Amino acid sequence: MKTASPFRELEQSAGRVRVRFAGKDLMLRDGGNLAAELLAAGVRSFRQTPVSGAERGPFCMMGACFDCLVEINGITRQACMCEVSAGMNIGMPGTGGDGDA
Amino acid sequence: MESDYAIIGGGVVGLSVAWGLLQRGRSVTVLDGDDGSFRASRGNFGLVWVQSKGMKQPAYARWSQRSAAAWADFAASLREATGFDAALEQKGGYDLHFSDETLAETVAQYEILKAKLGGDYPYEILGHNELRREEPEVGPKVAGAILHHQDGHANPLKLLRGLAAGVRGNGGTVLNGKTVDTVTRESSFRINCSDGTVVEANKLVLAAGLGSAALGPKLGFKAPIRPQRGQVLITEKLPRILNRPSLIARQVDEGGIQIGATNEEVGFNDKVTAKGLAGLAAEAIAAYPILAKAQLVRSWGALRVLSPDGLPIYQESPEMPGAFLVTCHSGITLAAAHASFLPDWLEKTNTAPDLEVFSEDRFALS
Amino acid sequence: MLEADLLVLGAGPAGMAAARTAADAGLSVLLLDEQARSGGQIYRSVGSVPEGRAQILGSDYTKGKALTEELDHPMIRHLSGATAWQIEKGPRVSFTRDGAASAAKARRLLIATGALERPMPVPGWTLPGVMTAGAAQILLKQSGLMCERAVLAGSGPLLYLVAAQMYRAGTPPLALVETQTFADRRAALRHLSGALRSWRLLAKGLGLLAEIRKAGVPRYTGASAIAIEGKAQAETISFTSGGKRHRLECATVLLHHGVVPNTQAARSIDVPHHWNEDQHCFVPEKDGWGRTQLPDVFIAGDGAGIGGATAAQLQGRLAALEIACDLGKTTPADRDRDATPLNRQLETEMAARPFIDRAYPPFREALLPADDTIVCRCEEVTAGDIRRYAGLGCLGPNQTKAFGRPGMGPCQGRYCGLTVTNLLADESGRSQDDTGYYRIRPPLKPVTLGELAAMTDLETDEQEPVT
Repeated sequence: MKTASPFRELEQSAGRVRVRFAGKDLMLRDGGNLAAELLAAGVRSFRQTPVSGAERGPFCMMGACFDCLVEINGITRQACMCEVSAGMNIGMPGTGGDGDA
Repeated sequence: MESDYAIIGGGVVGLSVAWGLLQRGRSVTVLDGDDGSFRASRGNFGLVWVQSKGMKQPAYARWSQRSAAAWADFAASLREATGFDAALEQKGGYDLHFSDETLAETVAQYEILKAKLGGDYPYEILGHNELRREEPEVGPKVAGAILHHQDGHANPLKLLRGLAAGVRGNGGTVLNGKTVDTVTRESSFRINCSDGTVVEANKLVLAAGLGSAALGPKLGFKAPIRPQRGQVLITEKLPRILNRPSLIARQVDEGGIQIGATNEEVGFNDKVTAKGLAGLAAEAIAAYPILAKAQLVRSWGALRVLSPDGLPIYQESPEMPGAFLVTCHSGITLAAAHASFLPDWLEKTNTAPDLEVFSEDRFALS
Repeated sequence: MLEADLLVLGAGPAGMAAARTAADAGLSVLLLDEQARSGGQIYRSVGSVPEGRAQILGSDYTKGKALTEELDHPMIRHLSGATAWQIEKGPRVSFTRDGAASAAKARRLLIATGALERPMPVPGWTLPGVMTAGAAQILLKQSGLMCERAVLAGSGPLLYLVAAQMYRAGTPPLALVETQTFADRRAALRHLSGALRSWRLLAKGLGLLAEIRKAGVPRYTGASAIAIEGKAQAETISFTSGGKRHRLECATVLLHHGVVPNTQAARSIDVPHHWNEDQHCFVPEKDGWGRTQLPDVFIAGDGAGIGGATAAQLQGRLAALEIACDLGKTTPADRDRDATPLNRQLETEMAARPFIDRAYPPFREALLPADDTIVCRCEEVTAGDIRRYAGLGCLGPNQTKAFGRPGMGPCQGRYCGLTVTNLLADESGRSQDDTGYYRIRPPLKPVTLGELAAMTDLETDEQEPVT
């Protein structure tokens, strides 16, 4: 189910696949940029900072700021450098697992 | 205006001595170098370590033990004065071994040292399974470990911050960005810096790390100090997976796993190399396989300040009495001793420690 | 280990043009780029955008497609999704691709890693929903996503371009909050003659402004005291303009006050840089061909100094010509002959820079933020913290790392380095050159320990030429 998102998709496209993010099921565009697709699906906060627990989301979208970090298969990755694929299990970084909230 | 002491070098060694002298009511001026200098204080591993030290010189093992025992009080007094916590943890530390042979060899050496220390050398041998109970993430290649109960670790950058604030807060003067050109002696020491600054003091402590090699001979020291590079890795912040530090890896208070270190004789070169980093990563994974998925976020090379036998040098200048050389490669472990006991040696009080074995007499003229 | 005559880092306009020019001269080229497709940031996804998106983005963007097609050459091996994390003498580059670490060696290295947006620390800039204007462009180019209920804030022509594109897409921004003052515009007029040489560029700019006017996008100029607020995400942006305090509700804030060279790769091998006051950033020392003080290392494109996409291409080609001459594939006379028209075009391209730099200076308050403002996003270190370290005797950015961890997080100082240098320079009264910048060391991008450990086999690998 799509949460209200302040991002609008210009084109309709078929080809959505199911992924799991922080314990929730989301339908994202297959092969899309993971950070962009999460934003489009209404996800605003991707992680909490290790220093103060502050919420963070994508900032630069070009792999330089590291604010969009997520954990995929146990490895911390920048969401803006990843592509959506079916069955992806995405969690908050540093949770040591697939991040079921 | 003349200080009781001028200390050349504002790293952990210089500031620890400064702090100790200030506690005794002496006036202190510290001269520190610039932002680009090699600074062992910023690049070290952060261990407060007893085991493996002084295997050939029990006095060094003893000195390290005294410092480790005094560290908690030293950190507490700094915290009380400045609010900065050096994050000391003294729950013991490991020397990990990948073969039963090397483990047995090291144990044999420890037994000899223990006898020379009158039995005061509290260590245990942990086989693989026992070690796994203490460190669930340790890998199958690790045959066992020596757990020494006097080992620990701290946050060297927080220590540095605390010392910087403590020295200033207790009336010490710290001058940054200074390069010392010459030192002359009349009734007192006159230290001339390249930018024209002149500092006068009754006594002088040279604690400039690698910088002491060039300046030392001008003050009548041999100062046979050389750099030795250690490359270090640090990972992203992780949930707690390592309970105790080892010489291979430790989990820092902020969460990253710090892995080190190489021992390279490459001169004044603090770069990191792909080969060095790869070797360290491989060793870390052999010890703790879970680290294979951890992201490396930072690496650095730092230069150890080494004497020919690796032991500290504590020496009063034969040519310029009142000038002292203080240098070591374990500035974190010895920070407490430098703050708590070394000032007595400098002041020549009757509780001064006997540091004769650390004098330059041991370096024969070649 | 892979081997080539020329190793190019970055497949943006400079890298792509350099690769083709070098290949045409007979050099083998290995082009490493971390993105899945070539184009860099400015031409992101240009090879695959649908028609509707292309219309919104305009011809300045779509013309980049031809450049990506130039990579189709037998002497060019383009490795996409390759993240370089260490550069060593050789030149030799270690990189990761598909979860495996690798290395490549070449006779010459061209760093074409482009630019970053100048960090713009304002209160609340770390909240989810706050992004750079460049990020909005990337969302549009790569994913066809438009930001609804967005406010654009800062200074520079990119703000107008983004605003116009948003309007064309049917989601105009709620407002443009511009920090440019009347005094800035007046100061820029002194450089108008230079700008007029790039009259096409100026005309485009005026066209964008006209479009925004037609769109009815509210513009607030001379803005100051910008602050973003919200509980767990950006909800409002406040600012002073025209002597009044304004507060706008929004879902997204897009910040921009200029672009600066991305100096990470060059600094990691100690390429000397100097401070450029007009562009208010560090630029690498290089000659007219882009050769740095390390004779085997060249830099081209926005990473050498901000000039835009066309200038980047020209610089890439010039660097390639010099490299080809270095390696004996052309004579100096032929090199000079080919370079003359490129240099002439480059001069024209750069003619408007002084005007743009004066007209759209950085937002002063973001250069020296208030004490409470976070400057190091990764470690949440504030401007006040940096000022305090200066008071404790911190003379340069490397010492601050000992005091509070700025620059020690995953972004390695990309979004705080300039701010920290500015703050320390201001506190000590020294220049940015004297104050210095973070020491950059590998990894340039994170690499897992497992990937790193696998490199121990590489020393014994056979050499593999790329073409």
